[in-house]
Amino acid sequence: MAVNMKQQPAAAVSVPMQADAVPVLRIEPSTGWVSLKLHELWEYRELLYFLIWRDVKVRYKQTFLGAAWAIIQPFCTMVVFSLFFGRLANIPSDGIPYPVFSYAALIPWTFFANGLSKASNSLVHSANLIKKVYFPRLAVPIASVLGCIVDLFISFTLLVGMLLYYGIVPTVQVLWLPLFLLLALVTCLGVALWLSALHVQFHDVQYVVPFLTQLWLFLTPIAYPSSLLSEPWRTLYGINPMVGVVEGFRWALLGTDTAPGPIITVSALVALVLLVSGGLYFRRMERTFADVV
Amino acid sequence: MSDIAISVKSLSKQYHISGKQEAYRTLRDTLANAIVSPLRRIRRLLRGQATGAAKLDETFWALHDVSFEIKRGEVVGIIGRNGAGKSTLLKILSRITEPTQGYADIYGRVGSLLEVGTGFHLELTGRENIYLNGSILGMRKGEITRKFDEIVAFAEVERFIDTPVKHYSSGMYLRLAFAVAAYLEPEILLVDEVLAVGDANFQKKCLNKMQDVGQHGRTVLFVSHNMPAITRLCERVILLDEGRVLHDGPSYQVIRTYLNSGLGTSAAREWSDPTKAPGNDVVRLRAVRVRTEDGVITEAIDIRRPFGIDIEYQVLTSGYVLVPSCRFFNEEGIHLFTTLDSDPAWRLRPRPEGHYVSTAWIPGNLLAEGTLFVGALVNTFNPPIVHVHEPEAVAFQVVDSLEGDAARGDYAGQMRGVMRPLLQWSTQ
Repeated sequence: MAVNMKQQPAAAVSVPMQADAVPVLRIEPSTGWVSLKLHELWEYRELLYFLIWRDVKVRYKQTFLGAAWAIIQPFCTMVVFSLFFGRLANIPSDGIPYPVFSYAALIPWTFFANGLSKASNSLVHSANLIKKVYFPRLAVPIASVLGCIVDLFISFTLLVGMLLYYGIVPTVQVLWLPLFLLLALVTCLGVALWLSALHVQFHDVQYVVPFLTQLWLFLTPIAYPSSLLSEPWRTLYGINPMVGVVEGFRWALLGTDTAPGPIITVSALVALVLLVSGGLYFRRMERTFADVV
Repeated sequence: MSDIAISVKSLSKQYHISGKQEAYRTLRDTLANAIVSPLRRIRRLLRGQATGAAKLDETFWALHDVSFEIKRGEVVGIIGRNGAGKSTLLKILSRITEPTQGYADIYGRVGSLLEVGTGFHLELTGRENIYLNGSILGMRKGEITRKFDEIVAFAEVERFIDTPVKHYSSGMYLRLAFAVAAYLEPEILLVDEVLAVGDANFQKKCLNKMQDVGQHGRTVLFVSHNMPAITRLCERVILLDEGRVLHDGPSYQVIRTYLNSGLGTSAAREWSDPTKAPGNDVVRLRAVRVRTEDGVITEAIDIRRPFGIDIEYQVLTSGYVLVPSCRFFNEEGIHLFTTLDSDPAWRLRPRPEGHYVSTAWIPGNLLAEGTLFVGALVNTFNPPIVHVHEPEAVAFQVVDSLEGDAARGDYAGQMRGVMRPLLQWSTQ
């Protein structure tokens, strides 16, 4: 066969190409696992932008305190944690003042928890859109998660104030921060893809998510440091990808001893597996979204 | 270059509908099922099958072995009863849902309009919604900016463009929603019943806009119940019934077949199976007919003669004051008038069970020539209940035989207006 192909004159091959100058799209049943079609997602990047823009705009349009909510939520948690875990329970904080110690972890955590809860409901909330218009469905949970980044940046402003107050000066390590942010994003998106696709089929997910994030909060070293664990358990702890995120944030901002190493490697690997499997599962379920949602 | 725009081959779509719940016999069965079925469900889930929390066992074919080809620049109408598969076909062609079998090849950029205002957000302003909705429909940001002023002008909402759309009247909202869609410029446009919105003027504007679209060499696939709009816009019509292509040909032929087949609207409609007839537990519609004074059922009404609309219905539950009524629409979908049963014998008097025929008499020399559609209703006003509402129950033509004694006199040209009363004139 290959030989025959080679013997054909080049012109003969290019003729059908010309006849099909118009893009041809074949609509047919898909079977098995399908590709993620990331190029298509890229083509729809403007829609992604508008969906994020809508989410952010609508979120604060009718609230009295507006964007201040992005700070209030982690701030209050920080105060409660500082009182109960820092003061009363005397939980160690790797030599860092407890409020900064917990707040630096609460920034990515709040992003993760909010992103997860918004994205896991996103498909069901966009049911009308999904039933009436075609676009890569991946854009819906992705937009929900990315929309939460705005809040994360706002909550950073308070951290800057706290660092000044406690006289903590971040070192060059802070340049690593975007990478940990990316890790938080990948983790959140990975879990969100699984949950949002499952939510279309099983509305049980809406009850699972608040419960899951609550459990996950205590399974992540936010109120306490991961240094409470000894090796090899501390590295294994990184199987929870939020451990890598939180400890990475602390290292980059506060200079704790959790420099990128085994924990963060394990977390990054788990986060990647979650993202890729979530994406594949999502794409596989996608074909029935419009019929079921 | 090939001149085909859409090529559909043996396209089929199967839907699962929730079947009956299995009857659990014993507690042991129930428990066993509770343990086994989640496992089975997870297995099915990982295989990517639609299961859902409900049991989805029974299936039906919304589309069955549908094949056709549409040439570039053709404007094709798709008609059929509710549930004939029209919307499913458009959903597959717009890639919203996948077919179960067969395939469709699309040559060119597709824009689909299954609903106007998809993705509109009430909290956002008109301006913001134009951008959001435009990008949802597949327009680029630059493209929207370029067409922005035209869209706003078309929608006639200039003054309110920076007001959140939740403060818009429903008419303004629909106009804005349609305007965004009207400026979509794909090579292939799929449209589902969007013209059934807005006031008469705006509907006319939309029809004209659609006609423009067709004349610019764009391929349009247009689903509608509005036969006059279909006749006006499409040269070819595909008639679907129970998921299959029943007819495919020139509009006038297919529409005539449709109207005569009892599938669509004609001068008489009867519902032989009372359980499928429009209505509820109180009243069921049995038949609606257009007839002359002599009782002849006809689709052609002499413009000069009075005629009657019979509404035949069965009262199943006594004790309701019932008011039958008719709504008259012309071919552009303009609501001409509504008439309510004003028979004093039944005013405020609850009807006993039984079989009734109420007839509305329309005087001669009232309506203009053209096709008219009649919607039949049976209402109770206190408390307000709509027992029966059949939007396009019957249709007929008003015909002027040009004998000179109707309102047009000896004038044979085009005469505008939806009414044509014969009035007294005097000259001094």
